[in-house]
Amino acid sequence: MVKKQSTEHPPVQSERRSFLNTIWMVLGAVALGEAAWLITSFLKPRKRKIHQGDFGGAITAGPVSSFTNNTVTAFPRGRFYLSRLDDGGFLAVSRQCTHLGCTIPWEEKEKLFICPCHASAFDIFGNAVKSPASRALDIFKVYIENQTVYVDTGQMIKRSEFRKEQAVYSTAPGSKA
Amino acid sequence: MNTHTENDQKHFISRFRRSISPGPIIPRTDKERKSAVINFFALHIHPPTVPETVLRFTHTFGLGGMALVLILIQFGTGILLKFAFEPTPMTAYASIQSLQTKTPFGQLIRNLHHWSASLLVMIIFLHMLRVYFTGAFHSPRQFNWIIGWAIFACVLAANFTGYLLPYDQLAYWAVMVSTGMLGYIPVIGPTLQSFFLGGADVGPATMRIFFAFHTALLPVIVLILAGFHFWRVRKAGGVVVPRASLAEISDNNQVRVPVLPNLLMRETVTALVLIAGILAFSVFFNATLGDPANPGLSPNPTKAPWYFAGFQELLLHIHPAFSVFVIPLAITLFLMLAPYINFDDNSEGVWFVSPKGRRMAIISGVLSVLLTLVLILIDDYAATGIKILNSIPPEISQGALPTFILMIGMGLFYRLMKSRFSATNNEAVQSVFVFIMTALIVLTIVGAVFRGKDMALSLPW
Ligand code: HEM
Ligand code: HEM
Ligand code: FES
Repeated sequence: MVKKQSTEHPPVQSERRSFLNTIWMVLGAVALGEAAWLITSFLKPRKRKIHQGDFGGAITAGPVSSFTNNTVTAFPRGRFYLSRLDDGGFLAVSRQCTHLGCTIPWEEKEKLFICPCHASAFDIFGNAVKSPASRALDIFKVYIENQTVYVDTGQMIKRSEFRKEQAVYSTAPGSKA
Repeated sequence: MNTHTENDQKHFISRFRRSISPGPIIPRTDKERKSAVINFFALHIHPPTVPETVLRFTHTFGLGGMALVLILIQFGTGILLKFAFEPTPMTAYASIQSLQTKTPFGQLIRNLHHWSASLLVMIIFLHMLRVYFTGAFHSPRQFNWIIGWAIFACVLAANFTGYLLPYDQLAYWAVMVSTGMLGYIPVIGPTLQSFFLGGADVGPATMRIFFAFHTALLPVIVLILAGFHFWRVRKAGGVVVPRASLAEISDNNQVRVPVLPNLLMRETVTALVLIAGILAFSVFFNATLGDPANPGLSPNPTKAPWYFAGFQELLLHIHPAFSVFVIPLAITLFLMLAPYINFDDNSEGVWFVSPKGRRMAIISGVLSVLLTLVLILIDDYAATGIKILNSIPPEISQGALPTFILMIGMGLFYRLMKSRFSATNNEAVQSVFVFIMTALIVLTIVGAVFRGKDMALSLPW
């Protein structure tokens, strides 16, 4: 029955049909798009609420004077190391290896970060000195107020190697800089 | 109408039973057996009769059936585990501990899930090899080959997402380094990585995401794909019919035997032997549970799960963008498109295309083992001595250059095998396939077994 009808009035019907079909297709595409938008927004990683002093927030590292030059101090809760360079500059380097993400310990004897996973090594600046890692360790923003060092672990900075302007210096007179 | 009144006269229980499946419970005549297969849902994935020759165990080795049994074991044990498991980083490890020590048969169920998962990967790999070497990827089975690979990908994903759940050191760091590999995929890598981790590193969000994938999304996809897979086998007229050589014409009118009991009996026996084996193994060997995950302390060495050890090994030698992206992509494309190559022969049902094909396959396999091992050794012990390589950027010296050489090498190998043996392209493509698969196996074994402290080559004993 249906078939017969459609052959009786082909031109009008098919024109209207194809117009309706186009509308359906467009509506279908819109619906798909909406579904995709809904799903991606639903699944997008969200920022968690960050407690004072935990990773993701600002962390008080301590007074400038408590860090001697050419040392590295670990901040496990903040997931970073605070390097005080030879010239008194501060650098907060992430503890995550840039190869595949393992946690690197600081080896005081060798004066290197040595990754236990695939043996990459990084110096006090975070520069990669031994492969497989090819990129320097990420750093966090450091700022110094009232002779106290703070590290903002919410802002991770990716870099390929250490550059002078990454180090932060205490400006006050009498500091070790 | 007739049967209706007939049924009405029967006992209530009998009427109820026949409303489920109209045939007799135990079919006794051939006719009844055939109709039992057609009428009962779970059996009707089979045709009522099959050619006698496909019944031979060495035709399929029952591998597809075994894969199905293992999947069903995974569903059964997995659903049980879901009743015991608490999917948060704080509680997961403890819930597994208490499952093992306090829940009756808890350890056994976990062992079953653990060992079947790995066995499943090996069995479907072998199933895939069987399918390839009997030429069962030719038309009309081309698309089923692709569906098969989609199932393979899902099974690997299921294994990987499950791996994190016990949340011990092994699980935590294996997931960390494996998702780290994702990060090297050009352009979309970092987004993918942070999507699967739900943040910058493995944590509560990762657990939630992996658990959702593992116990909801992936099982559903696997079921749908498996249904599709079986339907395609049936649409192709059942499994490929064995032939002794290309000259033999595929004969559909050969002796056919009823599926019940001939095929079903064989399937049941295979399934029962497999179940008995895996049960016995799980009684004697416990799934490991290491120290609880500690984000501050990476163990040395940290390895990917064994089925990703091949990638991890490649990653030690070749620049990440190439070892986790370009090379796998090239191999995947080759595997997906292989059935659509314009072959000289349709070799369906003939093992290794021909005796010559078999000889070429063996030679390719041996060559591949030797070459892969030699390359690994050279790269580990000698390559740092090559000065020129150090003066060019690593993307080229360790990435583009070796990748280019490998691909050109495969092309040359194809040419060489084809002309040296004056072979058909079926035989030559098969040689390339064997070469790649063998290299993958060698890389996996080296990466999983022979890498010790600092990822240096070492003996496991
Ligand atoms: C293709 C199918 C599947 C594979 C390959 C697979 C694989 C795995 C693996 C490798 C583990 C880690 C086991 C361990 O080392 O302890 C695991 C854990 C788990 N799986 Fe599955 N699984 C599959 C299906 C399922 C299904 C369908 C469910 C439930 C709906 C499930 C629920 C679980 C649960 C709750 C755990 C955590 C308990 C534990 O770690 O022992 N799995 N799975
Ligand atoms: C969980 C995974 C899988 C299950 C349960 C499964 C199951 C089966 C079963 C029961 C058959 C019937 C013949 C036989 O037993 O060998 C079959 C045939 C087939 N499978 Fe799979 N399979 C799986 C994965 C794969 C994979 C990974 C591939 C390929 C990459 C694949 C490709 C094929 C093809 C092409 C056929 C048709 C073979 C023929 O006609 O002889 N399957 N599969
Ligand atoms: S993760 Fe540090 S070297 Fe691989």
